[in-house]
Amino acid sequence: MTSAKPSRLLPADATQMKEQNLAQAILAGDRLALARTLSQIENGSPTGRDTLSELFQYTGKAHLVGITGASGTGKSSLVNQLTRHIRQSDSQQRVAIVAVDPTSPFTGGAILGDRIRMRDLAGDPGVFIRSMATRGSLGGIASATASIVQVLDAAGFDLVLIETVGAGQSEVDIARLAHTTIVVESPGLGDDIQAIKAGIMEIADIFVVNKADLPGVENTERALRSSLNLAHPIPHHFLHHGQLETSLSSERSSDTSVAEWMPPILRTVALDGNGIGELDRAIRDHRNYLESSGDWEIRERWRLQTEFDLLLQSTLVDGFLSHLPAGEYEHTLDEIILKHLSPFEAVAKLVHGNA
Amino acid sequence: MSEQRIRVLIAKPGLDGHDRGAKVVARALRDAGMEVIYTGLRQTPEMIAEAALQEDVDAVGLSILSGAHMALVPRVLELLKANGQEQVKVFLGGIVPDEDVPVLMDMGVIGIYGPGTLSETYVNDIRKAVSSSTS
Repeated sequence: MTSAKPSRLLPADATQMKEQNLAQAILAGDRLALARTLSQIENGSPTGRDTLSELFQYTGKAHLVGITGASGTGKSSLVNQLTRHIRQSDSQQRVAIVAVDPTSPFTGGAILGDRIRMRDLAGDPGVFIRSMATRGSLGGIASATASIVQVLDAAGFDLVLIETVGAGQSEVDIARLAHTTIVVESPGLGDDIQAIKAGIMEIADIFVVNKADLPGVENTERALRSSLNLAHPIPHHFLHHGQLETSLSSERSSDTSVAEWMPPILRTVALDGNGIGELDRAIRDHRNYLESSGDWEIRERWRLQTEFDLLLQSTLVDGFLSHLPAGEYEHTLDEIILKHLSPFEAVAKLVHGNA
Repeated sequence: MSEQRIRVLIAKPGLDGHDRGAKVVARALRDAGMEVIYTGLRQTPEMIAEAALQEDVDAVGLSILSGAHMALVPRVLELLKANGQEQVKVFLGGIVPDEDVPVLMDMGVIGIYGPGTLSETYVNDIRKAVSSSTS
């Protein structure tokens, strides 16, 4: 049952909560303070930024796992089963889920329906689910998601699952936030096209062919495997005129002490939980690999650099635009449209004052 | 760069399986620029309150066709309050007999919208109720 704890930690009027209280309350395990802070960050409010700055020193412990793939591949059901499995096998592991869905470009609204598939997780105090719309703010969804993930990390969740739809650039950006990226496919959904898509193959650490009880699962797996071999060249052994030959890939892989990670292709049926244990193990294996190979530090640096760059860009652009005389930006844009200025000249004119 | 969006949870408590109305309302709110968290069928009041907390919503819409509103609505309101979310606006859709309407409104429900309600009606009501509590 719900205890009186949240209301004791916070003033009765939640809108008057101070940021110091928010950060302290989050560290003390207050879920309302956590939820409110996530909204503040989504809204880009100063309170959200201050709270995150205070919490930042507590980040860096959680394993961040991205889960992406086309819509209809069963990502939400997979997240549901995976989380249930993890919670059942180790109740000390607390799991946060960030489910990102697209905002309608016409109305700015969104329907966020991932919770429908995650009803098994309701009532588990070790699980926190947050739905998020992409909104389309400057700096992109990736930077807001990065901040949200950091708050969940600081709040003490051991595993943060970030679920995104599709296979576009913004999904690749979100995947860059994760230590481990899982790409989900399912039979009969334009497999060849999805599998060939550059970028997605390279970011995947684990492939899942979900709905593996459906016909066509072998084709999906074969398409994945062949494009995977292109994306991750490894020494191949093959028979050539009756002799075993080896095609060597880069020299790097031959002299590193730790074997390179080869993304496994796993079959799952999220509806009945088939293959979920193997997926859990693959996620742990990948974490162990990252830690033993030194890739964990490399990815952390890369991750934080991406975030730092995004923030730097959006802050500089916002600051610059706010100092322009009113109408200057629109006027310059009109000149580009009228072909009086090239985009390069327009930027030079705005930034340096000469065309 | 602040952009606030109204966040609404649409839930169907109880055991009846007719969610057409809930989906229509969810779409209308989306088209009005709100972020709608749709939780689906057969939600318990505890599940609804938990989702409202995690999602930090401004409003909760309950679709009830089973006649159990006099049991479910007070329970949801009570749980929201226990979680420190008494500022969350609750509205109802579905079938509610006339004599129950004033009782529910007294409990703090901001609106009850039966079949045939124009979407502008509840969109405007939600906007007004949410902005009055945040400003």
